[in-house]
Amino acid sequence: MSTIVIDNTFEDPTRRAPLVLNHHDFGSVTDEVCWVNESPKPPLAWYITFVISLSLLGMLGGLIMYLFATGVGVWGNQNPVMWGFPIVNFVFWVGIGHAGTLISAILFLFRQKWRTAINRFAEAMTIFAVMCAGLFPGIHVGRVWFAYWLFPIPNQMNMWPQFRSPLLWDVFAVGTYATVSVLFWYLGMVPDLATLRDRSKTKLRAILYGIFSLGWRGSMRHWHRYERGYLLLAALATPLVLSVHSVVSFDFAVAQLPGWHTTIFPPYFVAGAIFSGFAMVMTLAIPARQIWGLKNFITMRHLENMNKIILLTGSMVGYAYSTEFFVAWYSGAMYESFAFVNRAFGQHWWAYWIMVSCNVLTPQVFWFKAARRSIPIMFIACLLVNVGMWFERFVIVISLEQDFLPSSWAYYKPTWVDIGMLVGSFGLFMTMFMLFIRFLPVIAIAEVKAIMPEANPHRGHDHHDDDSDHATMEARS
Amino acid sequence: MGRYHYVFPRWTNLLLPGAIFMAMVAPLYVVYVVAYGFSPMTTDVGYAPDQVIEYSHKLHAGELGIDCRYCHNTVEYSAKASIPPTQTCMNCHTQIHKDSPKLEALRQSYEKGTPVTWTRVHDLPGYAYFNHSAHVNRGVSCVSCHGRVDRMDVVQQMQPLSMGWCLDCHRNPTENLRDPSEVTNLGWSFKGTEQELVDYHDFWQDHNNINPSQDCSTCHR
Repeated sequence: MSTIVIDNTFEDPTRRAPLVLNHHDFGSVTDEVCWVNESPKPPLAWYITFVISLSLLGMLGGLIMYLFATGVGVWGNQNPVMWGFPIVNFVFWVGIGHAGTLISAILFLFRQKWRTAINRFAEAMTIFAVMCAGLFPGIHVGRVWFAYWLFPIPNQMNMWPQFRSPLLWDVFAVGTYATVSVLFWYLGMVPDLATLRDRSKTKLRAILYGIFSLGWRGSMRHWHRYERGYLLLAALATPLVLSVHSVVSFDFAVAQLPGWHTTIFPPYFVAGAIFSGFAMVMTLAIPARQIWGLKNFITMRHLENMNKIILLTGSMVGYAYSTEFFVAWYSGAMYESFAFVNRAFGQHWWAYWIMVSCNVLTPQVFWFKAARRSIPIMFIACLLVNVGMWFERFVIVISLEQDFLPSSWAYYKPTWVDIGMLVGSFGLFMTMFMLFIRFLPVIAIAEVKAIMPEANPHRGHDHHDDDSDHATMEARS
Repeated sequence: MGRYHYVFPRWTNLLLPGAIFMAMVAPLYVVYVVAYGFSPMTTDVGYAPDQVIEYSHKLHAGELGIDCRYCHNTVEYSAKASIPPTQTCMNCHTQIHKDSPKLEALRQSYEKGTPVTWTRVHDLPGYAYFNHSAHVNRGVSCVSCHGRVDRMDVVQQMQPLSMGWCLDCHRNPTENLRDPSEVTNLGWSFKGTEQELVDYHDFWQDHNNINPSQDCSTCHR
């Protein structure tokens, strides 16, 4: 299919901007999306990325073995910074995971139709990010063979986790989030898996897709229940967008430490999470739409919408940074003031300014329409946001290094294992993502069809709708 | 449509509810197995190893009425109740059944000066610190943890000795308390009305100021 660049970023209240470009009909949508899974060989870029990711995943596995065999001394975690990289990485990855539910649940309930092209993608990214996130607290407990103590399982010791601790709330918050995200992702995928099953050319594919499509036949009754279930899950998932990172922020906010013990943390963390999540969606979507020719579905309008959200949430994060400073000064608490002055001008001043420049200054380019629509600019900006949001968590955790007791002050230095594990977690993330792209439908085929002009029962009576004259009502599956 | 539209026979429809059922029940089953299957209640209670000498507590402590402390003589003064040395046995067995073939290992031990290789029955992990004297002197009877040893031919573990089991008593010790002079009287039972029994327990709790600690460091030092 030729890719004529059509501008669908116009804002004209009399015309609805098309969300699928280049005169697709229902059949060609299926063909084009399924091609990602059905092409005999994936593109070269897939192989390169997959090999690199898999090697990094192997490195992560090796480092985890090394950690288990040696002990947590291989990390730079040292009194007073006991959390170090593992918790920085945990919060970073949980944050990344937030865009998925926001796109799939909140934008769904707000009838933001443009979400359909990216929701599958974003939900997959969410699940893989939560997997990376779940890894770090698990290995951070020190005695990994007791990691199951995180869960309140009845046991012969009559011993239970501390229910008053936000660290336990985290287990539930992240666990619930992972479960609901997987259910939501999977439920939405069932009709598309059935499409892949019906198109499969080998028996193996037919059996595997057949198992996971759960006997979907596309009957009216199936659709009716599917739509109901999807709506219910969206309603269930919506509070999770706000709750999960709020609870993660409690890990810090409940501790009575200057720089952590602030009421601003929950909203500030949630905004930051959505911010970083969208940046990660963009980081993955921009190359993916290029490589697999999905530009007709993930259009410039989609990218521009996401850039607007990044601008909004980035500015909210910037506002939170300044509020923290204001409160530190206005409270008159000397420890609070010290913590913040120390963040900006203390021994890790550079981390603070990386954070501010990446998170607050970078997204401001999206005030300009040209920047919102320039692929190189938005790609670089999103990469910088990813870096900045990692540093935000670093800055917060590292403020432990100068606590109330000057005799225990230290300079936190990560070891090569710390850095290797951070890089390795990207290997885990990208390996899962590459497998997802190759074997599962990357775009919600059935949902995209529903936002095309052909799906409108009044089509043909609507003289404004001039973009779809030669489409056919060829619904599949 | 592909060629493989109908690869599954009709009966496979039944698998889906089965799979959902398994997914919901399996975690409960695993928790049940971990909580009860791996518990000392299952793995340790009833442990009754054969000993090198067929020593019968039923005969010595039960029928002959020898006090526990005659052999386990440090129980009131030390953390350990102590396994008696061969010499304690020989106090009597130089006179009684001195040629019995059942006591061959005992005589060997006595002549060579090497201890009898008893197999330990009640074995707490090394990281759990238990003090016999702290319990016995405050009126917790031997029978609370060891059962009716005076009725056992072969000593067997009666209680799980798990952390949860220890904590049960540390949280609610009242019913295991008695007059400290009766702690080694394994067959003792309170005679009186139910209310008198309650008062009796309360009296000894008060009298001995029983207020057991539940700190980690109480047992894990």
